[in-house]
Amino acid sequence: MSLEPVRDDTLDADGNVDPQAILDLLGDRVLDIEEHMNADIAVVVRPDTVEETLLALRDEAGFDHCSLVTAQEYEDRYESIYHLKQYDDPTNEVSVVVPATKDDPVSQSGNAAYRTCDWHEREAYDLVGIEYENHPDMRRILMPETWQGHPLSMDYDQDRPQVVTLGQHDNPLKDDIRDEENDTMFINIGPHHPATHGVLHVKTVLDGETVANVESDIGYLHRCEEQVCQNGTYRHQIMPYPDRWDYVSAGLLNEWAYARAAEDLADIEVPEYAQVIRTMGAELCRVAAHMLALGTFALDVYGDFTAIFQYAFRDREVVQNILEELTGQRMMFNYFRLGGVAWDLPEPREDFFELTRDFLDGLPGKLEEYHDLITSNEIFQLRCVDTGILEPEVAKSYGATGPVARASGVDYDLRRDDPYGYYDELDWDVVTEDGKDNYARVLTRMQEVEESAKIIKQCVDLLEEWPEEERTIQSNVPRTLKPENDTETYRAVEAAKGELGIYMRADGTDKPARFKIRSPCFSNLQTLPEMAQGEYIPDLIASLGSLDIVLGEVDR
Amino acid sequence: MSSDNTTDGGSTDALTKTREARMGAGLDDRFNSKLREAFGASPFILTKFDKFMNWVRGSSMFMLQFGIACCSIEMIHTYAIKHDLDRFHAGVPRASPRQADVIIVPGTIVSKFAPRMKRVYDQMPEPKFVVGMGSCTISGGPFQEGYNVVKGAEEVIPVDIHVPGCPPRPEALIYGVAKLQERIANGESSPVTVKPYELEQFGDMERDEVVDQLADQIDEDTLAMRYNWADSP
Ligand code: SF4
Repeated sequence: MSLEPVRDDTLDADGNVDPQAILDLLGDRVLDIEEHMNADIAVVVRPDTVEETLLALRDEAGFDHCSLVTAQEYEDRYESIYHLKQYDDPTNEVSVVVPATKDDPVSQSGNAAYRTCDWHEREAYDLVGIEYENHPDMRRILMPETWQGHPLSMDYDQDRPQVVTLGQHDNPLKDDIRDEENDTMFINIGPHHPATHGVLHVKTVLDGETVANVESDIGYLHRCEEQVCQNGTYRHQIMPYPDRWDYVSAGLLNEWAYARAAEDLADIEVPEYAQVIRTMGAELCRVAAHMLALGTFALDVYGDFTAIFQYAFRDREVVQNILEELTGQRMMFNYFRLGGVAWDLPEPREDFFELTRDFLDGLPGKLEEYHDLITSNEIFQLRCVDTGILEPEVAKSYGATGPVARASGVDYDLRRDDPYGYYDELDWDVVTEDGKDNYARVLTRMQEVEESAKIIKQCVDLLEEWPEEERTIQSNVPRTLKPENDTETYRAVEAAKGELGIYMRADGTDKPARFKIRSPCFSNLQTLPEMAQGEYIPDLIASLGSLDIVLGEVDR
Repeated sequence: MSSDNTTDGGSTDALTKTREARMGAGLDDRFNSKLREAFGASPFILTKFDKFMNWVRGSSMFMLQFGIACCSIEMIHTYAIKHDLDRFHAGVPRASPRQADVIIVPGTIVSKFAPRMKRVYDQMPEPKFVVGMGSCTISGGPFQEGYNVVKGAEEVIPVDIHVPGCPPRPEALIYGVAKLQERIANGESSPVTVKPYELEQFGDMERDEVVDQLADQIDEDTLAMRYNWADSP
């Protein structure tokens, strides 16, 4: 919840965006209007008015959430799209489309309005090749600095060999500044380091034990997910990949992001029964993902490899068993299909329900155990309470979502605010905490596990009662999908780490012309300097752990 | 060794009595292992030192704590409860490469990470072994077509055991590690498949010459490393 009331003169009586009011607000900055399936209005503006447009939308119309910046190249132009939303009501969406010319793709940066644009625009520059004026730090972000060409631009030659340098041979102590006032030291954390949860590289400058400067260097797991998805057909070839974005068993949540976007794009109905199965599966995944977050966080902050870490993995194993029963795989489920799910619950159904119920029945006891072990542990509290403070306004400006935002009191959960699946029929609550610190983030996750358990329980009850003849698991979907040329959509779901969205543009073929992933971790990770600068280095590690990033999703 | 003091340890009354007095009647529990039973009262074996060392090496492996991508989650599961790789003498995760014997490469290697991984590998002391986990380390796996993906770990470091799967189940990884242990115990050393030596253009050079020539090509300022020797510029 933002502190200032949202200006509602751009909203109509029902709280929806009034497109005419937006046009009036922006006046003659608007060159043209496009149609985006998700957005209430998509305005085209000149590249040199980006900043003022975004500021106007932010301040005058309450669009305080820049979800994503998509860059793409057309035959005749480049284009950046700013997908704006409101934290209070994410169904209010506006897209700002900024074309740039082919021979001089320069466009103004939106950094002044939303700080999250920093990384998003760097990525756009890196992969597509649009340059942003007034950007504080325009360089590559995912690819190595020596890389030649922009991989997602049209004239990129993929077969051209490249040379990659290893700059870290530099003596890390070389640039120490040692004078009367200063005594700083540079240290590299990662990319191979147990506390970075994968291959993240954190460049840290220390002043004594205090973090003077911290910069995350990402791209060590940039697996070209967007390119791969652009080369796959909608119907079957894309679905296996979402499992590999946030690979901490959160597969079904990610698959849902793609399913939702593609179903929106091709106008596919999903039978209710399949929605219930999806909801149940997705929440099971959330439990598994949060368990891992908990276990690794305990490992980070007080090195507990033998108890909590193993406990968390014990519980994950149980969840993975249930998911394996359901989908046939432990991690890479590939279970959703456009228009439903791949198959019905395993036979005999009673056994499956029993398995799930057993898990749910045991969960409260286990959570209590965790609370005894973790949250009421003094060492843990010393490390976590009041460290890594993230103010709600800062979180919003960086586009943070998910448990990270909710622990700072930002009441934003797409399951409730932009309902999909079966969530709006079920009884559960959005968890928010107002501690804003590492401790609050852990609490949020643990409570979310409880809420997920509630959802799963209701789904199991529903599925058990579901009349046999109405168990439709898939609607009729044509074998090849060819959404109409130039339809564009951006759709998001609440994944384990936050808002996971997909932007897709169809060009009339059976493959997307542009496939862009909005990764919650990418935005969340950007807040790290805010949380860590000026704090002690152990708090940096705790903050990094509590952000719960997955590099597969950060780098994609 | 005199005849009245045979290795089965029970031929003379005196000995039996002593034993029973010491440990109680009946076949004592000290012989609960097959090995001890075979050794009887003289627990010595004769073997070659090398063979012994290999056996030791295979039976006590320090694994590098090294996570890259999705496969590392299954790798953690392999270390953790239920699968517990420790039971197979291979479960001591080491955070520092300087203390590790085995590196499991669990995931997709991309251009930016390849030099770093090479470096981690170089920091490990000999003898060192590599288990490639997952399709990504075999060929690039599902991301093979990607512009940024190194097509398999072998482009960068030599691999002893490949465990296929996407991701391989923990059981599969355990099997792979067990296979590696078997190979080590049999004295098979790690294959040296450093790519340049296999290339035709270096075919008739001495090994040292190759190194010299390649070293000449390294840019000393940037220390550029090629990850794909066959097609790099
Ligand atoms: S083999 Fe599959 S599971 Fe393993 S890292 Fe590659 S994509 Fe991920």
